[in-house]
Amino acid sequence: MAGAPLALEVHALRKTFGTVVAVDSLDLEVQAGECFGLLGPNGAGKTTTIEICEGLQEPDSGDVVVLGQRWASDERALRERLGVQLQETQFSEKVTVEETVALFRSFFQRGPAVQEIIHLVQLDEKRGARVGTLSGGQKQRLSVACALAGDPELLFLDEPTTGLDPQSRRQLWDLVEALRASGRTIVLTTHYMDEAERLCDRVAIVDQGKVIAIDTPRGLIRSLGAEQVVEVELAEGAMVPPGLFAATAGVLGSRIDGPVWTLQVSAAHEAVPALLRTLEAANLSLTELRTHTPTLEDVFVSLTGRHLREQ
Amino acid sequence: MSDQEKQQPVGSKAAWNPQPGGGSSPLVQLTLIRFREFLREPEAVFWTFIFPLLLAGGLGLAFRSRPNDVAKVGVLSSAPAADAMRAALAGDSNLQVVSLDDTAAATALQIGTVALVVVPLDSANVEYRFDRAREEARTARLLVDQALQRKRGRVDAVTVRESLISERGSRYIDFVLPGLLAMNLMGSGMWGIGFSIVDARRKKLLKRFVATPMRRHHYLASFLLMRLGLMVIEVTVIATFGYFAFGVPMRGSLVAFGVACLLGALVFGSLGLLVASRARTIEAASGLMNLLMLPMWVASGVFFSAGNFPDAVQPVIQALPLTAVVDAVRGIMIQGMGWSGLAPEFAIITTWLVLSFGIALRFFRWR
Repeated sequence: MAGAPLALEVHALRKTFGTVVAVDSLDLEVQAGECFGLLGPNGAGKTTTIEICEGLQEPDSGDVVVLGQRWASDERALRERLGVQLQETQFSEKVTVEETVALFRSFFQRGPAVQEIIHLVQLDEKRGARVGTLSGGQKQRLSVACALAGDPELLFLDEPTTGLDPQSRRQLWDLVEALRASGRTIVLTTHYMDEAERLCDRVAIVDQGKVIAIDTPRGLIRSLGAEQVVEVELAEGAMVPPGLFAATAGVLGSRIDGPVWTLQVSAAHEAVPALLRTLEAANLSLTELRTHTPTLEDVFVSLTGRHLREQ
Repeated sequence: MSDQEKQQPVGSKAAWNPQPGGGSSPLVQLTLIRFREFLREPEAVFWTFIFPLLLAGGLGLAFRSRPNDVAKVGVLSSAPAADAMRAALAGDSNLQVVSLDDTAAATALQIGTVALVVVPLDSANVEYRFDRAREEARTARLLVDQALQRKRGRVDAVTVRESLISERGSRYIDFVLPGLLAMNLMGSGMWGIGFSIVDARRKKLLKRFVATPMRRHHYLASFLLMRLGLMVIEVTVIATFGYFAFGVPMRGSLVAFGVACLLGALVFGSLGLLVASRARTIEAASGLMNLLMLPMWVASGVFFSAGNFPDAVQPVIQALPLTAVVDAVRGIMIQGMGWSGLAPEFAIITTWLVLSFGIALRFFRWR
């Protein structure tokens, strides 16, 4: 995508709240037309970053260029071109779906017909229903519908599926994919690695206000160098000699988490038999063995030593 | 979620390239939403429209004119000539006489079941026990005294001919109904606007609006437009009720009355905006509302004349927005006041309106 115009440029962004540094010299570049994900645990600074990009918070320092324009000089023009969905908006419960979308549509000079927006988010049957009667997933789709009222070039989605049931999450993913297919640039935040893997062309892993890795989901996973991840659970109190796993053929890296060892391996079909032999030789008994293909979760763990959903 | 929805194939992954469609005016949409939110809240409708009518009805009945009213007086039964005194007073149709012992007399005076207690000391001396500050007690004193003196042979020096009139506009209901009307403008203006805004801020809806190209003055104007719309209904309902149920007059021009109500609705709407301009929680806004409104409920002459307060605080009371609105509405309805007479009130209201709207706009917290 080299040479393509940038939809969003963030340079040396910093934002503090009192003594807490929420965003710390953060840099981002989002290409036009891509779906870009900010992945990180709660409190990593994702929402602060995205709200600064949306012009809803002022950074302490740093530079933000959105669709080639800056908030200080082009706020009105920018607002017409963006779609913004916030994490915790509660719409008026007494107002219907159609009335809510029509309200948001009226704020924008151009945009699709209200019915067309409602149809896209599959709320046709709920058109006349009051917002208070909607399920969580339906409310979230209404929230996306309102963000689409101005047919935006750039769409910001902050934690769009947090707290939703699996069925509602899949419906929202399909919606995001339809929007991505239409060439809109999408920037979303999430702490679900499966969401980032499925929806995003590129992902920035954010931790403690900084971007610690940025690439395509495949690229990030490849950076682990592992084809497979093997989780080995040993009996309670088993003493593992230092370097035991590292010395095993095919094991690229290892990490201990309670009784569970997580091993990154090049090829499971070679590493697992070797591993079993090693354990037998060391007289260690196995209680459980699992293998999976590496995910962004494994990337996050290997970068930070912590899990994404750790509280 | 319905079963039917679950069975639907989820989403179409086809690209979404919509045709441009028409949108309507944002100010119209915002104002429509305001009305819908209000009308779909049955409690709000009750407090705005029904409550003032019940209050006016109740007060109108309690303080209705009673031409044949009698003064209730007690005669102290332990006094020497109690029986003779009771007999002497019982003949007067203006008096209702009861016999009371010492404790009963004291209690009856305290709780107001009698207006005055007569203590016959001997054949030539009598003592009246009553509270000078109470109007009905002073009346009772005059009636009892007249009955006693006439009984003992006093002859009136002047012949009096009574010509009775019942003047509309001088009864308590005539006084209180314009006051209630003004108080209602204050209550629904401040609560109606203040709460909606704080609620929208608390629900992050305000922040979400700010993230769109919505014009901020459209948002604020939609509240004032809603207030004006509801004001017309409120004022019409209360004034019509007063006119037909109690004959409360409308002596001034309807145009002046309309202007007074319009200014009233706007000034209290702006004060509502001011209270809501910074508050993040309903509780904070609620405290501020009461702080602003309570002094006005008490001092602005809704239920009794603001003139009852000492001269020292009169400048403050006269400068309050509710005092100005009450005086203007009452002046127009009851005294038929014209524009020149209303000028001071309108000037006070306009000053409050400009100040509160300006400050609210300047300090409004949008995020």
